[in-house]
Amino acid sequence: MIRMLDIRRSYCLGLTEVNALQGVSLEIGPHEFVAIMGPSGSGKSTLMNIIGFLDRPTAGAYFFEEQEVGRAGDDRLAELRNSRIGFVFQSFNLLLRYTALKNVELPMIYAGVAPRQRREAAAAALTEVGLADRMGHKPNEMSGGEQQRVAIARALVNRPAILLADEPTGNLDTQSGKEIIDLFIKLNNGGTTLIVITHNREVAEQSKRILHMRDGQLIREERQP
Amino acid sequence: MKAWEGFKISIEALRLNRVRSALTMLGIIIGVMAVILLVAIGQGAKDYITKELRGLGTNLLIVTPGKTATKGGFHPPMSGTVRKLIYDDALAIKRRCSKVNDTAPVVMGTGKVKYFNLSRDAMILGVTPEFETVRNLHVEIGSFVKPEDVDLKNRVVVLGRKVKTELFGEANPLGKMVTISDARYRVIGIMEKKGMSLGFDIDDLVFIPVKSAQELFNIDSLIEIIVSVNRAEDLDKATEQIREVLIKRHNKKEDFTIISQEAMLSTMNTILNVMTSVLGGIAAISLIVGGIGIMNIMLVSVRERTREIGIRKAVGARNRDILAQFLMESIALSVAGGMIGIILGIGGALAFKYATEYIPAQVTVWSIVLAFGFSAGVGIFFGVYPARKASLLDPIQALRFE
Repeated sequence: MIRMLDIRRSYCLGLTEVNALQGVSLEIGPHEFVAIMGPSGSGKSTLMNIIGFLDRPTAGAYFFEEQEVGRAGDDRLAELRNSRIGFVFQSFNLLLRYTALKNVELPMIYAGVAPRQRREAAAAALTEVGLADRMGHKPNEMSGGEQQRVAIARALVNRPAILLADEPTGNLDTQSGKEIIDLFIKLNNGGTTLIVITHNREVAEQSKRILHMRDGQLIREERQP
Repeated sequence: MKAWEGFKISIEALRLNRVRSALTMLGIIIGVMAVILLVAIGQGAKDYITKELRGLGTNLLIVTPGKTATKGGFHPPMSGTVRKLIYDDALAIKRRCSKVNDTAPVVMGTGKVKYFNLSRDAMILGVTPEFETVRNLHVEIGSFVKPEDVDLKNRVVVLGRKVKTELFGEANPLGKMVTISDARYRVIGIMEKKGMSLGFDIDDLVFIPVKSAQELFNIDSLIEIIVSVNRAEDLDKATEQIREVLIKRHNKKEDFTIISQEAMLSTMNTILNVMTSVLGGIAAISLIVGGIGIMNIMLVSVRERTREIGIRKAVGARNRDILAQFLMESIALSVAGGMIGIILGIGGALAFKYATEYIPAQVTVWSIVLAFGFSAGVGIFFGVYPARKASLLDPIQALRFE
């Protein structure tokens, strides 16, 4: 599903050149649950952004579903983000002035889904994450755990191939974090490919495969039983 | 994304910042209103002058002393004369020009009209009986100046409505004696109420026989000769005939000017058109200023909503979706502002019509179309830069923006 060959990413920060990724090669198959761990600045998020088409590699080849996408244009990347990827962020990234339902509808607006089907699909996704009774609430009327569930519903609603989560439990208390991870496991069991960045060993141990990063490189891989 | 979705998103965003949206629109509202109102006033002035000039009487030519280069326009009273026009010129024109129906020689001056201890400064016109028909002004009570009054230099006077009321109130003035600059005149008639015409208050005029007026002002010339022509198509021929007759009488020199109503009308229209375009142009500048206001707010809005742009891009918005969203916001602002401006402009023109008696402001369709098109254009022009800026934001940096 994902095949990366010697991916590099460098950018300029003021006058200094930062090499965020220094030759990453990896392969992730369908239905996998992969955790990426590593200290801050190790390049985890940069890798995640490239996998999720928010960013492009400066060098290397990226094959997504057998197609080279490392040099694709903005519109093609936007389409891939819309239809193939679901993002879950540490800080939820919900639109505060919209209700939960409208937040979940957002990706479908850009997919060109008709309003009526949009509402039905958004309601179904919210029900799936256990928020059937909170659809009309705005993000600031909900707890952190609930907001993250809305974000997950939004990530799922276009039926993506991969769910990408960047520190999804980082802003949550232990109990809420555990519920979110349980939800992820449930989704993965249902067939969704899952890639999670985390600092938390306990979270990572729920996955089948842990990738360790340091200084822009993959240094070690653990396979879970 | 469908256009309708982008429109809905834009309207939602504008409604969220109601006060800001309203203030931003204000620039466009004022600009559009000013364009429509000023053009309406200009048009009203034009209509008014056309009506008034036509109201002077039909198929008129005016002969004034002195050769002026312009083809028409107003002739200042007491203009410096090269060779004066005299009473006999008027008689000659009437006698010798076949296309001329009638002539009305006019003398004009000011004087104090007194009746016992009441007095009023009035414009005094020396006229002949023909003046009444040529100029289409009529007496209401009594009679107008009669032929024998002119020939015998009779000291008789016909009073305008306002002069009569000032001096006599409700009393009947016929046969009473009034004093004009030390000479006593007998009142023989009262003019019907007519109001303002081309800046003159007809009701504030006093008419006396032309020769009496020349005696009163101690002159032997006329300020103009009004000539009426039978038919509109004879105007050119009549002008030619008058020119021949007067040149012969004036030592073969063309030291007079013949103006037709149409020439006056076209000169006035030219002046008013220029005035209207200048005023409209100034108003249009305020539209541009309003457009810059929109751009300013849109730039602030893009910055404020950087994170929102990042979120939208992360879930699959293409650059052109973001461009459309912000462009539609600025267009919605300017078009809504334009529509409100049109309504206020029309309302203002109506208010102006009722507030001023003389200039009925006339809203023109072209000014509405122009103002609206211009405001929509301003919205697009000044909206493109902020919207483009928003659409080209890098999603990762936008998401990190606090």
